[in-house]
Amino acid sequence: MAENSCFTLKIITPDRVFYEGEAEMVEFNTSEGEIGVLPGHLPMTVIVKPGVLTITEPEGEKQAALHAGFVEILPEQVTILAEIIEWPEEIDEARAEAARDRARERIHEHAQGTDMARAEAALLRAMARIQVLK
Amino acid sequence: MASMRDIKRRKGSIQSTQQITKAMKLVSTVKLQRARANAEHSKAYFNCMYQTVNSILVRVGNLQHRYLQPASSDKKAVIVISSNRGLAGGYNSNIVKLVTRHPGWNKENVLIYAAGRKGRDAFVREGYEVRMDRSDIIKEPSYPDAMALCSELLQAFAAGEIGEIYLAYTAFRNTVSHVPTLLKLLPVEKKALPDHANKPEVLMNFEAEDEKVLEMIIPKYVASLIYGGLVEAAASENGARMQAMDSATSNAEEMISDLTLKYNRARQGSITQELTEIIAGAEAIS
Repeated sequence: MAENSCFTLKIITPDRVFYEGEAEMVEFNTSEGEIGVLPGHLPMTVIVKPGVLTITEPEGEKQAALHAGFVEILPEQVTILAEIIEWPEEIDEARAEAARDRARERIHEHAQGTDMARAEAALLRAMARIQVLK
Repeated sequence: MASMRDIKRRKGSIQSTQQITKAMKLVSTVKLQRARANAEHSKAYFNCMYQTVNSILVRVGNLQHRYLQPASSDKKAVIVISSNRGLAGGYNSNIVKLVTRHPGWNKENVLIYAAGRKGRDAFVREGYEVRMDRSDIIKEPSYPDAMALCSELLQAFAAGEIGEIYLAYTAFRNTVSHVPTLLKLLPVEKKALPDHANKPEVLMNFEAEDEKVLEMIIPKYVASLIYGGLVEAAASENGARMQAMDSATSNAEEMISDLTLKYNRARQGSITQELTEIIAGAEAIS
């Protein structure tokens, strides 16, 4: 039974293999909402929304800020093709906070010519970064 | 016969050229190692991306989508990745030839998106329309740069300005083999992957609708191919330059040994001549 409680998780970015290992569960945000994937999941492809990625390993939990990409889920393997992903150590908190405030202000003002979708995406990214640090 | 002084001067100038080519070879060897490591790191991502996109396309078979249909315009956008600096053997001219000699392509229906000054200059000379010049991005290929270039191309594609998008870059096989390659980016073509053929097809589900998934994934797919092209081209450029400088160095070596021989012969000749003159002079006095 022990073998079946884990699946292989691979997180790949354009310039490195970010994570590779056995995990019991992985949780993240998708375009349709938050999901948690356990071993034996139905084959599925989902698109990532900025948020916190939580990896539950047999030894404990790990978190990272996942911003963009997509995920291929197979019963025994989950592959995350991430365009942008960061470990908490790699995040600059002050910068993330500044970005969040800036994005909020832009959305609040709602000035002409503001790219709202872009401002919202920036806000989501900044929030994910800050959340991971906490 | 050239005088001793001329030969000596010539030899000196070749020697200093050789020093330069040797140094350039060492520099590009180091750069090649770094670029190759980069290319290898990113390979996993592209293989995965390629497989995923293919499995999606196989599944959605008959879906009508603008990224899968040839657009109405017959203009072809070609991203040409060359280098900013020369002295890399045939690296730049091969990639230019690949595009200019492509059957059915001519100055009227090809738009160049240049990444690399040497390639851009060559196309300007040939009279092609260079739509955009992003020569700054090849120095250190980064994913955000590839995304920016990609979104610009997709905008033009969506607006109907261009009907097809190609990528011309030099694929890096190994240190000595670099192959100029032309890759069709859009519209995406379905092709059976040879190494995928034996694998039982897994029926993939999508949380969102098929169309939305395609809309999201194809730009990522195109951006990752562009990035992959940039990274591989950087490795190939340094490989090509290393080879070119290596042969330049050994050519200089050859010339130097040839000139050394000539110099020694000229020196020996002048000594013999002097001796003959002295002896003749001494005999005339006695």
